[in-house]
Amino acid sequence: MKFAHLAMVSALAIAAAAGAQAKTLVYCSEGSPEGFDAATTTAGTTMDASSDAVFNRLVEFAPGTTNVEPGLAESWDVSEDGLEYTFHLRPGIKFHTTDYFEPTREMNADDVIFSFLRQGDPESPWADYIPGTTYEYYNAMEMPALVKEIRKVDDLTVTFVLNRAEAPFLANMAMPFASIYSKEYMDQLEADGNMAALNSQPVGTGPYQFVAYQPDAVIRYKANPDYYKGAQKIDDLVFAITPDPAVRRQRLEAGECHVMPYPSPADIEAMKANDDLQVMEQPGLNVAYLAYNTTVAPFDKPEVREALNMAMNKQAIVDAVFQGTGVVAKNPIPPTMWSYNDAVEDNAYDPEAAKKMLTDAGVENLEMEVWAMPVQRPYMPNARRVAELIQSDFAKVGVNVSIVSYEWGEYLKRSTDPTRKGAVIMGWTGDNGDPDNFLAVLLGCAATGDGGANRAQWCNEDFDALLQKAKVTTDQAERTKLYEEAQVIFKDQNPWATLAHSQVFMPMSKDVTGYVMNPLGRHSFEGVDIAE
Amino acid sequence: MIRFLIGKLAYLIPTFIGITVVAFGFVRLLPGDPVLLMAGERGISPERHAELSAQLGFDRPIVVQYLDFVMGIFQGDFGTSLATRRPVLGEFLTLFPATMELAICAIILATLIGIPLGVFAAIKRGSAFDQISMGAALVGYSMPIFWWGLLLIILFSGILGWTPVSGRIDFLYFFPNGTGFMLIDSLMSGQKGAFASALSHLILPSIVLATIPMAVIARQSRSAMLEVLSEDYVRTARAKGMSAWRVVGVHALRNAMIPVITTIGLQIGVMMAGAILTETIFSWPGVGKWMIDSISRRDYPSVQGGLLLIAGIVMIVNLIVDLLYGIINPRIRHS
Amino acid sequence: MTATVKPQSERARVLREFWFYFSENRGAVIGLAVFLALIFVAIFAPLLAPHDPIQQYRDFLLAPPSWQEGGASQFLLGTDAVGRDVLSRLIFGARQSLIIGCVVVFIALVGGIILGLVAGFFGGWVDTVIMRVMDVILAFPSLLLALVMVAILGPGLMNAMIAIAIVLQPHFARLTRAAVMAEKNKEYVMAARVAGAGRFRLMVRTILPNCMGPLIVQGTLSFSNAVLDAAALGFLGMGAQPPIPEWGTMLAEAREFILSAWWVVTFPGLAILITVLAINLVGDGLRDALDPKLKRS
Repeated sequence: MKFAHLAMVSALAIAAAAGAQAKTLVYCSEGSPEGFDAATTTAGTTMDASSDAVFNRLVEFAPGTTNVEPGLAESWDVSEDGLEYTFHLRPGIKFHTTDYFEPTREMNADDVIFSFLRQGDPESPWADYIPGTTYEYYNAMEMPALVKEIRKVDDLTVTFVLNRAEAPFLANMAMPFASIYSKEYMDQLEADGNMAALNSQPVGTGPYQFVAYQPDAVIRYKANPDYYKGAQKIDDLVFAITPDPAVRRQRLEAGECHVMPYPSPADIEAMKANDDLQVMEQPGLNVAYLAYNTTVAPFDKPEVREALNMAMNKQAIVDAVFQGTGVVAKNPIPPTMWSYNDAVEDNAYDPEAAKKMLTDAGVENLEMEVWAMPVQRPYMPNARRVAELIQSDFAKVGVNVSIVSYEWGEYLKRSTDPTRKGAVIMGWTGDNGDPDNFLAVLLGCAATGDGGANRAQWCNEDFDALLQKAKVTTDQAERTKLYEEAQVIFKDQNPWATLAHSQVFMPMSKDVTGYVMNPLGRHSFEGVDIAE
Repeated sequence: MIRFLIGKLAYLIPTFIGITVVAFGFVRLLPGDPVLLMAGERGISPERHAELSAQLGFDRPIVVQYLDFVMGIFQGDFGTSLATRRPVLGEFLTLFPATMELAICAIILATLIGIPLGVFAAIKRGSAFDQISMGAALVGYSMPIFWWGLLLIILFSGILGWTPVSGRIDFLYFFPNGTGFMLIDSLMSGQKGAFASALSHLILPSIVLATIPMAVIARQSRSAMLEVLSEDYVRTARAKGMSAWRVVGVHALRNAMIPVITTIGLQIGVMMAGAILTETIFSWPGVGKWMIDSISRRDYPSVQGGLLLIAGIVMIVNLIVDLLYGIINPRIRHS
Repeated sequence: MTATVKPQSERARVLREFWFYFSENRGAVIGLAVFLALIFVAIFAPLLAPHDPIQQYRDFLLAPPSWQEGGASQFLLGTDAVGRDVLSRLIFGARQSLIIGCVVVFIALVGGIILGLVAGFFGGWVDTVIMRVMDVILAFPSLLLALVMVAILGPGLMNAMIAIAIVLQPHFARLTRAAVMAEKNKEYVMAARVAGAGRFRLMVRTILPNCMGPLIVQGTLSFSNAVLDAAALGFLGMGAQPPIPEWGTMLAEAREFILSAWWVVTFPGLAILITVLAINLVGDGLRDALDPKLKRS
């Protein structure tokens, strides 16, 4: 057989080559990155390829948690009033030496300051270094309003002066946009008139350094020999870009890659049963929900929203759509997040009672829209299917649902329209592990209105007051109490039907050791090894 | 000949202008916008939205944007991709060799199998061979290739494990991107096994992409051959006692090939459409997959640049086919 | 008397002759039989299908075909990811595919004939403009152009059909124009003209019937292309939207199960193949029967 022969020859060749070559880990990633500038992106795929592989931050999330631990800063002090954060940098940190850049000095305070200034200063030549560059996260985390000044105390000490106390600030500093860049490299690019290279040839301090990228196909890295925590055990790290989950699975099973993200829910059972694979899992830091428009009748009545929530068989929905890869949600924040209020009781599934409540509220022959997003999201494998199931559940209580969908960009926009009719399926994945990043972003009064993320258009004064107070409180125990109270108000008012928190799975070869799942959904290969 | 060429070129200019209008206009009509996609679930305030749109140049009058686009083309500037922030032309040129490698292999495969199949079927008209091969050709011609590709993956990669699932080469091999053609680059790299790996990755996608052209070429060769065989001079040659094979070899084949060459040329355009599906199924990093991705992420500059470049290439190929046809068959030139 | 108005017996003779040549082609007859069966299935889908195609049996998610281990006897070809009966969806899918084919061919045929007649008859700048526009459309790979158009109009069956029709119609326009150009100066047209026939009447009653043959052949070709392209668009997520049981969309939904549930992948593709094959067989038969040159060879 010609094919068999050929395949055998190539298999032999691969085996021979593998023996002689360095240790290579292949990660079947889910898409192409936008580039390698971690500060300009909002896409997880780009963050994986840039901030996690190539860069470090002043502080880092400890592996597997959202707790902040020292990174490039050995330690930090916060002033009494919570307005000044002083970071003490680790000495002797080296930037990557690559074909395109050779550093002449070690990392210092100038690099740190420059990494943030270029994002905040509209006059900086880096503000628009490639047409269309935006620093979305810097803006989204309100850094321009928050940061008054960044001061260099000495070569290894930097102080951030804030305009107001903000408890989540430290967690912000561990986010990808806060990655530390080499000022020397950026100056060199500017002098050479080659600024665009910042996005295609990154230089950082991280565990791996960039080697090559072939668009839509492969990204290659190699271990950084000077990494401050010691060189990685893997010599070469390869991202094999494979957008289709079925193909990722085939490649993993064929041994063409070692690790894959985002398996299709239907495949997980079979992959768990495969002796050559291990499937790691953990709850994702996310929530999927159905947001009513609380400013439009009859959804402005809390009892109507409660009745609809009771008509919904959430367990059945989660079973059918998530197929064991999700749990029913009762709170707007996921169970793994601190301050999750487990004492809150979810609306019970009771179509009879729901029907009665609707009649009592004077709602009859209700016609409503349910919006289903056209794309898969980390918190939602198939919104269309969810909408179909809600449709049949609501039909049982006499509510006639029509399912609406728009192209994803349109969907995002139209769903924020304050006059929107109907309920919209949406979701959220946490940015920094702080409850404020869920509750204030999605349910705060400031987020209502056109373009805001509060798609329920729900502004409750008591709820909002609790959030405002928690934001300026630095004591975590106290904040926990405030957020727990907020969740009780939320459930009482039911601006959403909370649907599910998805479980995140990472199938990988049995030979892979040391991989730690990241609760924020990033994929980092620091500390990973392949057993012989 | 020169006049023929100039005539053809003059004929292409309005078509080219039309193509730029279509590429630009269609892309502007796409609903949704990249700024919204960037903001994601977080949403974006109308003010910030306006600010970002201005930064990306989407707020200028449409005619200005169009003229900018056309002027850019003549300077080799097809815009900057919103998704990768790289020049669209550069992006296209890195991906195009992958598509071309696949297309060339497929067309070779289709021709090498399709022509003999058609010719023999014509010679042995009505035989079992004729019926079976033409039946197979019709099945191939009717094949939904996206499904065909999936079936081949299930069989050869999944069950039998003979061929790799997708991609262009095993990741163990790494060498600089010389020509962009993996087969050539892998040979030149001198790495053991690299060529075999590249070849084994190419087999299934080539078969899938070759399926429809192969069927068309086989059917076309058969009917062209039949036509020639029925012509007087062939009959005469046969009557004079020339052996059937000689008749076919000396007279019939050459004349029958004229329409077949046109068919092959026309299949290039068809193959660009096939490449979109084939590349999607096999994660083949070519321009077809890139176009699909660019459409779904609303990467305006990439979509309009890609449309233009692809249409331009199809146009040039058709021109070459026309010229070739003119050379083989001089009658065309004067009519 | 114009050339088209033939005595009744004459028309019957033509038809008889046509059927004679058509039925000589065994493949064409088989194709026709399959195609008629498909039409039957499509029309009587509600009676033939054992289940409602969008009814979800939540206790039978991804049940394998009934003959396989774990299969349920009431679901002959198994169920899909939300527990819908695959066989019923295939049966109703025949409707979608035939509707797609008919609508696309109708739009493309009518549009193409009108444009071709106008271009061929009036000539001059009208001709130039129309044919240049056709060239532009043909310069793009058809699927790519259809894809972009559907992206503009929004994913959906109707929009997919419009996009495919626009992409296919230049072929009809070119054919019609060529036929008009060839026939325009023939004697019988001249005669009709001298007899005082209006331009419109001339085009429709005199010239058109004489180029019907190639148009019919192109029509069947377009029919199968339409079914294939619509399935491809559905496969890429740009065609019919769930829960409509369109075969290409079913394939797209099933793609994540290609290793775990072969039946949801295999059957829709097979249905597409059989349908397209049947139409192409008929098309071949029509071409042989209508094309006098091949007829004699």
